[in-house]
Amino acid sequence: MWTLLQIELFKIFKRPRTYIAFIAIAAIVILIQLALYLDGYTYIGFLLQSIERFNVEGKILNGYFVCYFILQTLLIHVPLLIALVGGDMIAGEANMGTLRLLISKPISRSTLLISKFLAATIYTLLLLIWMAILSLMFSLLVFGSGDLMVFQSQVIIQIPQSDVFWRYLAAFAFAAIAMTTVAALSFFLSLFAENSIGPIVAAMSIVIVCTILTTMDLPLFLSMKPYLFTSHMLGWKGFFDIQATTGNSAVPGSIQNLPGILRSAVILMVHIVGFVTAAVVIFRRKDVLS
Amino acid sequence: MSAIIQVNNLSKEYREVKAVNDISFTVNRGDIYGFLGQNGAGKSTTIRMLLTLITPTSGTIELFGKNLYAHRKEVLQQIGAVIEKPDLYKYLTAYENLSLFAKMSGVPVTEKKLKDQLEQVGLTERAHSKVRTFSQGMKQRLGIAIALIHDPQLIILDEPTNGLDPQGIADIRNLILHLSRHLGKTILVSSHLLHEIELIANRMLIIDKGKKIMEGTVAELVDPARTMVHLEVTNPQEVVTWLRNSRWSSCLQEQHNNIIQLQVNKPQVPELTAELVSAGANIMALQPQNSLESYFLSLTTENRHVDTFTN
Repeated sequence: MWTLLQIELFKIFKRPRTYIAFIAIAAIVILIQLALYLDGYTYIGFLLQSIERFNVEGKILNGYFVCYFILQTLLIHVPLLIALVGGDMIAGEANMGTLRLLISKPISRSTLLISKFLAATIYTLLLLIWMAILSLMFSLLVFGSGDLMVFQSQVIIQIPQSDVFWRYLAAFAFAAIAMTTVAALSFFLSLFAENSIGPIVAAMSIVIVCTILTTMDLPLFLSMKPYLFTSHMLGWKGFFDIQATTGNSAVPGSIQNLPGILRSAVILMVHIVGFVTAAVVIFRRKDVLS
Repeated sequence: MSAIIQVNNLSKEYREVKAVNDISFTVNRGDIYGFLGQNGAGKSTTIRMLLTLITPTSGTIELFGKNLYAHRKEVLQQIGAVIEKPDLYKYLTAYENLSLFAKMSGVPVTEKKLKDQLEQVGLTERAHSKVRTFSQGMKQRLGIAIALIHDPQLIILDEPTNGLDPQGIADIRNLILHLSRHLGKTILVSSHLLHEIELIANRMLIIDKGKKIMEGTVAELVDPARTMVHLEVTNPQEVVTWLRNSRWSSCLQEQHNNIIQLQVNKPQVPELTAELVSAGANIMALQPQNSLESYFLSLTTENRHVDTFTN
């Protein structure tokens, strides 16, 4: 298994297309940082215009704020980049004609498939680490530290500086589970095609449609939300919902709905196991005709 | 002589299509076994079943005396295969491709062995070039290097000369003969090119429309009594009419424009020629065909011939 995993990672990171996602994330993050660096206070002023008599002490436009802004914008689009690799794992091999060569080797199909999925998961994690370095570490470096102000419609949540960093670590860990779900979905779809375009587009379409249903607050869609995995993918935001005292002071180290976050994480993990198990079962019986 | 491949009543059905229909054959140790059939005859499907790419609908496959599916890993360790055109990782170099598949073969392979294998197939100078820059012939040779890297006992080559130029075809043919004669490998080679199989194989199987037509040694199949003669005349209708009413009527096979095809005993060709001339045939050419090829064509297109001369 370890040898196969090494081989799969070697293949992934030898392909130029692998780096498209890393370059895309770097480009978007740096552009957002540049825009906020040049004109961030205008944007914050726009956010604060509906809130009267609100005095802010300290620096609102800090690294934590920039990172939160980037994550809100970017975590919806990262699944598309993950599908590029996940959807290519089996279909790409079938398209190249190398799948038949792999299967004729003395390796069990299940081991081959699981090592491929693990490689796709490692790629996903590296993509998130890259995103964390750029959006959190680099933002802290450029914009400095401070309390995190989270704007939620008419409410502003202020999280003390000392209570923020661990929340980001938890949010990235949750995002890793969410993005691995997308990797598992695209990986599963990759079984049914002999060209990687199909599963990539299919995975993207499923994520886009479900995300739209998740974000639209129409009665019909609201009843569907609990069953859509994309609803649970937004669970990372829960780490920034801090509890408040009756005097409206933040309770350090608190999370408003930890059971809800954990439930979402479990549901996503069930999806991952479900997609991978189904992929293994189907792949073991599949005739390789490519 | 021990059997390396023992296939019994093997069938593969796709819904209502029988791609392989109740085929049985045996490949013995040291054989170069030709697997012959026209495109779509079922050769590749059979080979894919031997390599566990496709699950048979029915039948059994034993390799090295063991059931393939019960001892899959153990059996596949002893097989090297090139399946149709060897599509490799184009973004990797020849050395990287070889090294990667060597690691998957389940047998430890040294760096020296990798270099030696590339040298054996004449790719030393291009070892560190990306495969995307390779010609079809070079890819084919690299595919064979991958098939041989773990020193397998059985080598399965599915249409190994497809897309190659004459020199490339000759190189592959010489390599197959070398592997058999000097290294004692057992080789199963499929092709739709009969003369290629005839040049290298000691035994062969002919299949058509998924069914086994004939199995035997090449010597057995090259039957002088079954020589196909192509007769080119300027008055084909008159000649066919005469042939139908002559003692040669049973030899008549097919007519296409000015060409009439006859199957005769080779020593009878001069006799036939003399009678045709006497009967007024304006002969432009009379050419006995390669006997095995004629036989192959007569077997695989039998039904078409019957239609031609029974209507």
